[in-house]
Amino acid sequence: MNDWPLLSLTTFLPLAGALFILTIRGETAVVDRNARNVALLTSLATFVVSLFIAFKFNGASPDFQFKETALWFPGTTIAYSMGVDGISVWFVLLSTFLTPICILAAFGSVTKRVKEYMVAFMILETMMIGMFCALDLVLFYIFFEAVLIPMFIIIGVWGGQRRVYAAFKFFLYTLLGSVLMLLAMLAMYFEAHTTDIPSLMAHSFPFKMQLWLWLAFFASFAVKVPMWPVHTWLPDAHVEAPTGGSVILAGVLLKMGAYGFIRFSVPMLPDASVYFTPLIYTLSIVAVIYTSLVALVQEDMKKLIAYSSVAHMGYVTIGIFSMTTQGVEGAIFQMLSHGVVSGALFRCVGVIYDRMHTREIARYGGLATRMPLYAVVFMIFTMASVGLPGTSGFVGEFLVLMGVFQVNTWVAFFAATGLVLGAAYMLYLYRRVVFGRLTREDLKTILDLDMREVAVFVPLILIVIWMGVYPATFIEPMHASVAKLIDNYELARAAHDGLSLAAR
Amino acid sequence: MIKTLDLVPVLPEIFIALAGLALLMLGVFRKEDSTKAVSVLVILALGAAMVLVSSLGADRHLAFNGLFVADRFAGFAKGLILVASAISIAMSLPYLEREKIGRFEYPILVLFATLGMMMMVSANDFIALYLGLELQSLSLYVLAAYNRDNLKATESGIKYFILGSLASGMLLYGVSLLYGFAGTTSFEGLANLFAGGPEHHVKPNMGVIAGLVFVLAGLSFKVSAVPFHMWAPDVYEGAPTPVTSFFAVAPKIAALCLLTRVMFGPFADLVEQWRQVVTFIAIGSMFVGAFAAVVQTNIKRLMAYSSIGHVGFVLVGIASGSTLGIQGVLIYLAIYLFMNVGTFAVILSMRQKGRMVEGIEDLAGLSKTNPMMAFVMAVLMFSMAGVPPLAGFWGKFYVFMAAIESGLYTLAILGVLSSVVSAYYYLRIIKIMYFDDAVEAFDKPVGTSMVLVMAVSTVVVLAFTLVPGPLVTSAKAAAAVLFPVAG
Repeated sequence: MNDWPLLSLTTFLPLAGALFILTIRGETAVVDRNARNVALLTSLATFVVSLFIAFKFNGASPDFQFKETALWFPGTTIAYSMGVDGISVWFVLLSTFLTPICILAAFGSVTKRVKEYMVAFMILETMMIGMFCALDLVLFYIFFEAVLIPMFIIIGVWGGQRRVYAAFKFFLYTLLGSVLMLLAMLAMYFEAHTTDIPSLMAHSFPFKMQLWLWLAFFASFAVKVPMWPVHTWLPDAHVEAPTGGSVILAGVLLKMGAYGFIRFSVPMLPDASVYFTPLIYTLSIVAVIYTSLVALVQEDMKKLIAYSSVAHMGYVTIGIFSMTTQGVEGAIFQMLSHGVVSGALFRCVGVIYDRMHTREIARYGGLATRMPLYAVVFMIFTMASVGLPGTSGFVGEFLVLMGVFQVNTWVAFFAATGLVLGAAYMLYLYRRVVFGRLTREDLKTILDLDMREVAVFVPLILIVIWMGVYPATFIEPMHASVAKLIDNYELARAAHDGLSLAAR
Repeated sequence: MIKTLDLVPVLPEIFIALAGLALLMLGVFRKEDSTKAVSVLVILALGAAMVLVSSLGADRHLAFNGLFVADRFAGFAKGLILVASAISIAMSLPYLEREKIGRFEYPILVLFATLGMMMMVSANDFIALYLGLELQSLSLYVLAAYNRDNLKATESGIKYFILGSLASGMLLYGVSLLYGFAGTTSFEGLANLFAGGPEHHVKPNMGVIAGLVFVLAGLSFKVSAVPFHMWAPDVYEGAPTPVTSFFAVAPKIAALCLLTRVMFGPFADLVEQWRQVVTFIAIGSMFVGAFAAVVQTNIKRLMAYSSIGHVGFVLVGIASGSTLGIQGVLIYLAIYLFMNVGTFAVILSMRQKGRMVEGIEDLAGLSKTNPMMAFVMAVLMFSMAGVPPLAGFWGKFYVFMAAIESGLYTLAILGVLSSVVSAYYYLRIIKIMYFDDAVEAFDKPVGTSMVLVMAVSTVVVLAFTLVPGPLVTSAKAAAAVLFPVAG
């Protein structure tokens, strides 16, 4: 299957599944069961197809691979153009890996309008994969924005008490950032006369223009990452979204912003990136320290994990803008790790939420006595989140700190305080929920993980340990692409410095 | 220099005029109620006119000593107008029968309004423009008050008539000023007069500018652009819903195409003079459309503000003053046509216990009581909000692309910001349909023609992203004819 359009296949397979689910008719119970099964099978098939991409991917080459191009909008350069490099291939895999887990997680917890839920999730998967594969500015934007539609529906229909508020906040916040990015993309098109991403990476924009373009892209990506102070939509969206929605939100959607920085801001606008690096560092450090402190005082489990996501993404942005090999690779690794770990943590919350229908930390305690299996699973992911060596969290944070230490020791120092705070709020959470005495009457009958839940957690645990013990599997294929990114960046910097020297 | 009378370019218009007269006779002389028969015949006549328009081909034809022009731009616009009118009659018929206000004059009035619109987009002279505009407007005034026993409808008819006459007066005054200072009303004559390349540095006369502003004001009224938009919400709300659905689409398209032709025809070289006016109107329309719609509770009023907002976006394309801008205008209008007829098909299906309802809250829980209709409405609302990959996004994409190309950054930024605000109220409709609990189901069945219109518009909105080629290319060809030198 050498000539198969693997990327398009991976991207649109879930959409085909969604269309198929739409055609299912009959009694509600039967439809629900069939919709669940079709969705699970489709997402598993998608994962299998994406594994083909992973195995056939040539990690030694820094170029975009599996390229597909087709004419799209006549009279412009806008084309349907797909391809992956050593960076984006991981995010495609992350998306295809997390989606079946979310679908499996929804089996017990989503009981109303199951068919629509599955359709929304399948469409969401298509948009996520497409976004990471897109090699055309406009195509990227289409997928980037289209994610909002299914996510808005998922939060709004299957969410908690304040779901309407959260859904609107999520949608409008992200839209506001994105429309400015769209204008920047159009301006780039008229400057470079192409919308092809690889060509745009080779184009050098005038410095003054770069500054404006960078800010416009920043408006969009900073909201998506999310960076302090535009992170406030995230706790709301996370708390109100159903478990599956939270997992995808934390696992994949947050990565879209950081991916945008790696794909657009840094390679296309290198001079502006240097210019604004102090801004990124400042905002990221504030995010790491401030949101960690906020996480410490949360009463709601999901909110606590949501704030911890903001802190962890702070490491990612620091790593990207350190522009060292370790920093960038660490940032990417941290994104993958956070995708799996935070997804798993939300799943952990989901497990007890399904049983008790509350996320209030104070309502729990002493779960270890009734749920030993759950306690172990939760422990593993807590440790991964804290960054215990041997888990995936350690590798990412360590690489980022190593990378940024070479550039700016103070940034490294402040970022490292986040590690301590991270350990504090995660262990505090774990102690309050799992340890202590089991005093509450309703908790005395709580049941441990069932088979389906174990099936959800086993692959997540394996991945977390694998990433922690042997990270080379994941880092090696991205070497070439990251090296190219940094080389081009240094080259552009040198050219710019040469120009400004000559101007003196 | 009397030329031979060449009627071929005017054939579609002549055909429609004759068909209108013949059908009027038919309606008068038949004893029983002939609304249905006349409606069907009118739709057929519109279809035949469509064939005639497309048979004219790509060349530019002049008729009546250059008062009338048939070119690709006019052809594109007429295509949209004919489709919009035909769909609107098809959607009105069940409503008229149900409400027992069916009279055969209704489709014929629509037909004459359509004739006026076709004359408008083909006008090549201010006198021809005025004739077309008035034929259209007078038919619309009557249509607004069509339900003559209803207080609201008659009020809206009178309102529309008085304010519309005022606007026509302003337009005429502007034309007279232009004639006084330039000595001609012909588009080509005016264009030649103002055509002073950079080497001439011809500064247009103050009187000409004043005339231009008056013409712009008159036309802004017809497209309901801010600050001449006040009539739109009241008329939209008061008029019978099928009439509203007609108002929202065909006349808007015609007037915006006319505005485009006037700006790029006679005043092509005065772009620096009119750009700031159009920019101001565009920003005003986008923001009023966005903010005022947020607080509406009546869906027809909401659609009025929504269409004011859409006009603002189209004006962004005009303000850019380039071929790309006109292409954007035409693409936007074509997509706007399908989004709006689909939405109005849903609104016309909002009946509870045999009674029409118009409140936005009445849509509550539609996703449970009628999932297909809710899906259609959700797709259309996301599209109107301009969320990709739906068609509405591409309309906005093209006009903003044109604005950026022409360096109108402030306009583009304000435009996209207003589109975020407007996304709020479109989302609100989706929220009411999907997140809220059902109150009362709408009556079923909704009728074949409605289902058909909903299906077609949804498919168009969904599929445009997949096959954008035909529309984009034909809009480009149509836009090119307004730039004889460059194109």
